[in-house]
Amino acid sequence: MTHLLSLLVVIPVAGLIPLFIFRRDDAAAKQVAITTTAVELAVSIWMLTQFKVGEPGFQLIERVDWLPSLGISYLVGVDGISVLLVPMTTLLTFISVLYSSGGAIKTRITEYMTAFLLLEVGMVGVFVALDLFLFYIFFELMLVPMYLIIGIWGGPRRIYATLKFVLFTLAGSLVMLVGIVAVYIASADASGSRTLSLPDLIELRGRFSADFQFWVFLAFALAFAIKLPMIPFHTWLPDAHVEAPTAGSIVLAGVLLKAGGYGFLRFGLPLFPFGVQAWLPLLILLSVVAILYGAIVSAVQKDLKKLVAYSSVAHMGFVTLGIFVLNPQGGVGAVLQMLNHGFVTGALFLLVGIQYEKTHRRMIADLGGLANMWPLFTTFFGVFVLASLGLPGLNGFVGEFLVLLGTFKFPGVPLGGLFWGPLAAIGVILAAVYLLWMFQRVMYGPVREAYRALPDLSRLEIACALPLLLLTVLLGVLPQPFIAYIEPSLDRVVRLATDPAFTVLASR
Amino acid sequence: MISLVWLIPAFPLAAFLINGLFGRRWLGHWTGVIASVAVGLSALLSIGVFLEVLGGKQQTVVGLYRWIGVGDFSVNVAALIDPLSAVMLLVVTVVSFLIFVYSNGYMAEDRGLWRFFTWMSLFVFAMLILVMADNYLLMFVGWEGVGLCSYLLIGFWFERPEPYLAAKKAFVMNRIGDWGYTIGIITIFLVFNSMNFLDIFNRLATSSMAQGVLTIICVALFFGATGKSAQLPLYSWLPDAMEGPTPVSALIHAATMVTSGVYLVARSMPLFVAAGPSLEVVGVVGAVTAIFAATIALVQFDIKRVMAYSTVSQLGYMFLALGVGAPAAAIFHLATHAFFKALLFLGSGSVIHGLSGEQDMRKMGGLRRRMPVTFWTMLIAGGALAALPPLAGFWSKDEIVAAAFVNGHFVLYAIGIITAALTAFYITRALWMTFYGEPSDHHLYDHAHESPTVMTLPLVLLGVGTAVLGIAIGFPPEQGFIHRFLDPVVEAAGVAEHAPELATILLLAVVSVAAGVVGIGIGVLMYVRHRPDPAAVARAAGPLYRLFVNKYYIDELYDHRIVEAARAIAGASWAFDIHIIDGLANRLGWALAMGGQGLRRVQTGVVGNYALTIMAGLLLMLVAYGGYAAGIFGR
Repeated sequence: MTHLLSLLVVIPVAGLIPLFIFRRDDAAAKQVAITTTAVELAVSIWMLTQFKVGEPGFQLIERVDWLPSLGISYLVGVDGISVLLVPMTTLLTFISVLYSSGGAIKTRITEYMTAFLLLEVGMVGVFVALDLFLFYIFFELMLVPMYLIIGIWGGPRRIYATLKFVLFTLAGSLVMLVGIVAVYIASADASGSRTLSLPDLIELRGRFSADFQFWVFLAFALAFAIKLPMIPFHTWLPDAHVEAPTAGSIVLAGVLLKAGGYGFLRFGLPLFPFGVQAWLPLLILLSVVAILYGAIVSAVQKDLKKLVAYSSVAHMGFVTLGIFVLNPQGGVGAVLQMLNHGFVTGALFLLVGIQYEKTHRRMIADLGGLANMWPLFTTFFGVFVLASLGLPGLNGFVGEFLVLLGTFKFPGVPLGGLFWGPLAAIGVILAAVYLLWMFQRVMYGPVREAYRALPDLSRLEIACALPLLLLTVLLGVLPQPFIAYIEPSLDRVVRLATDPAFTVLASR
Repeated sequence: MISLVWLIPAFPLAAFLINGLFGRRWLGHWTGVIASVAVGLSALLSIGVFLEVLGGKQQTVVGLYRWIGVGDFSVNVAALIDPLSAVMLLVVTVVSFLIFVYSNGYMAEDRGLWRFFTWMSLFVFAMLILVMADNYLLMFVGWEGVGLCSYLLIGFWFERPEPYLAAKKAFVMNRIGDWGYTIGIITIFLVFNSMNFLDIFNRLATSSMAQGVLTIICVALFFGATGKSAQLPLYSWLPDAMEGPTPVSALIHAATMVTSGVYLVARSMPLFVAAGPSLEVVGVVGAVTAIFAATIALVQFDIKRVMAYSTVSQLGYMFLALGVGAPAAAIFHLATHAFFKALLFLGSGSVIHGLSGEQDMRKMGGLRRRMPVTFWTMLIAGGALAALPPLAGFWSKDEIVAAAFVNGHFVLYAIGIITAALTAFYITRALWMTFYGEPSDHHLYDHAHESPTVMTLPLVLLGVGTAVLGIAIGFPPEQGFIHRFLDPVVEAAGVAEHAPELATILLLAVVSVAAGVVGIGIGVLMYVRHRPDPAAVARAAGPLYRLFVNKYYIDELYDHRIVEAARAIAGASWAFDIHIIDGLANRLGWALAMGGQGLRRVQTGVVGNYALTIMAGLLLMLVAYGGYAAGIFGR
């Protein structure tokens, strides 16, 4: 039995000790944070190698009874769905910390790094927790540091933005807490013992009546839909992104949103097959609306960061669409899309932040002509824009295409996949429109005198963006090894969600 | 040699990486040499592959690795080498090589030289993936890849607005077509459970399919083809694409990329044949586009625009050929057109180069004395475009219109013949305005000069190809080498090629040539004799002339009406987002805050009140628990 996952949860906490010791020394604080997140990244990659590809169930499981009288335990484990999200999280955190230590953050360095390490605990924890109570704790733990990161190191309207972010998310997770309590109560067996352990709950989900599933799935779905965010719960996102510091945006878009999609796959689908069926038409509709509406609204944004934020809404639409068409292609596409969006949108926020640090302008109309001065920046930015608009050969395409394929195969009501598929595919056209239009206005045109002397990417900035670039190409050219991780577990989740025996039982 | 087929795209890919990584700082003009050598090596290998296919290896799949596989869906990175892809490999690499060499001269002064050759190399790589792919999804990688390179190269001079606007227009219009491509290939997967060409065609041959769904597939695929190959309704990006450097126009927007739609339909021929009515659609769209674009070309003054509309028109001929069930003729015309149209573009480039960037034919004239090599090679290419025997264009175009006639498509045949006359007229007009008559701008004329050898040599080589290619592979008509070579592919598609009688062939050829001669004759009368004077004709034609000059107002419709409508929709959505969705959220927050203000009064600070509240709460919980225990809420 290994303790790899616990190690991953503990390492950032351990980093807090030297951080506290060197709290008066900014340089040391940066060193500590970089080292800690680097070690965390290394361990998470090691974990990837320890994972047995091809097995659908949970692996690297650790279980410690925590509150035995209440049936709550410290239970962690990963399967093919979460095993890739963990290294994605640690990589993006490492890049965020690395970039922040380069001068982007000037005040309260120690506190900032503390917030990031705590955030990492929450994010990693969310992806490894297999006990609903534990999941809830990590889910909420992500909230607090991000609240501080936006509220303290954010832009001019940071207080409004961070409050909005917290209130939206908190409202969702409180409803989910009610759902968790309901699950807890309903899990009672004849002797009265209860559990919140996911593997156990999957075994005994037959106890959840159809009515129960209808409401409790809704409670979970609300929390995840706000986190993702799905339309119409998305308006916290642009504000939070615009005000968040660059590293905050990277992690917010790259990791936090994924907790929503992941939550659906981890808890929503396996535990409440009937609830899923009941809400399916609405969820499919909202997904397609997100793809089209997110793209249309992106097109008219004047603020570069807001544009990238709205594009996230559209991209997350592909994630939920892939999840709810309930077939392997759609699901694998959704998980890939989560990874791809993490790398690509994380990188876009990084580059927009770098650009802002140099020009101090974020309004698209104030920019222009950057391509001629910054060939390196242009190359990086261009590749990520192309990945974001789903160019085949880069990563974005693989996920979106599989989601579309899954959608076409979707037999469900209303109208079926042959209606929703072509409609969602229009989103791919729109992505090209708004992204290329943005790229043209920011990068092309004559060089502006005010920006002429500004330097291209520094070594540190290249070091931050290059791993993401390589992954973007790798996941586009050679996605199969990654799919091999995801597919067996995803198959299992889809089978759990569409189990005919169970659906019949539930609808009785 | 076929086993080494992946080296063919590997060379340009290597050139792309080397030039992209090191070009800007260190390589300078060597980027051009590296790219040209790489593409030259690809061309040599392609010749080898071609010979091996000719030697009898008619269908080889060379797999590389599994690309994407989930559940029953699986696609590989694999090449299908058969006569069709072998011809395409040869055309693409040879023409690319000549244009690359030419570009070393044409782009020598440009400080973005490294970028140019980086992207050109990437383009050749993507184009090769497109023609080699053994399945629709990998083909899509090449398909989008060439679209990207086209975007980058149209917008090559991105400091001015026209190029980057044209670039974006090209990409977006192609994306609209790609919507059809995407729907087509996913539907193919739903029907055939595969995206692999050979799997699909095998299943098509062994089991019967519903025609309706096959028609949907074919129309969707063809919609994709209209984007890439600039056919109605998605053609209007191609004339604008002339904002790119001239070698780009020659390579991407004449010889190779724009023919990929033709290749797609030719590759999918078994599907189109099985789905009856879709071939009619292809033929009609092709014919209408051919005559439509030819009428616009009649009245253009920018030399490159004439060539651009001419390309749209000639691509229409290729689709016409596919539509009337003559895929071999389509590929034949694709090959000859690649040579003579690349030559016309490069010749125009040479003229523009010699006139320091001037593209308006009204300022040219008499240049044959200044640029003899350019003049003679362009004259050959012009003759080929006008389909004069024995030049290449004659053989291929004649086969197309003949096929239309023989297979009973008389309306399409008539359109083909009329378009042939129009074509002969506009190319006569363009060449005369450029090379004959008196110089209209003496300043320009005095500084005009012939281009350097690195540019004229490719012109000569393309000229030789234009002169002999048709007779070499297309004689005798309908039974030439190209037919015998492509026969396995055509037969597999289930196309019945009627070999007409010799007398019919001769008669049809006479009609074709006559159409060309009439066109040339009218051109000479109008521009040499001024009888009737072109200006008078324009006045007399009145509304028709204005319709042509304004390109049927399609740009007006697309670039203004539709774009404005899209902006209005986006603006309304944004207002909805801000005022309705976000407004509601903020108002809810405000209401809660107000409620909090009210509730604050509960916090009196009197301990007794708190104790009372606690008691009330406890009581409530006890009641609830009791209710729960009694089973009111159910378990």
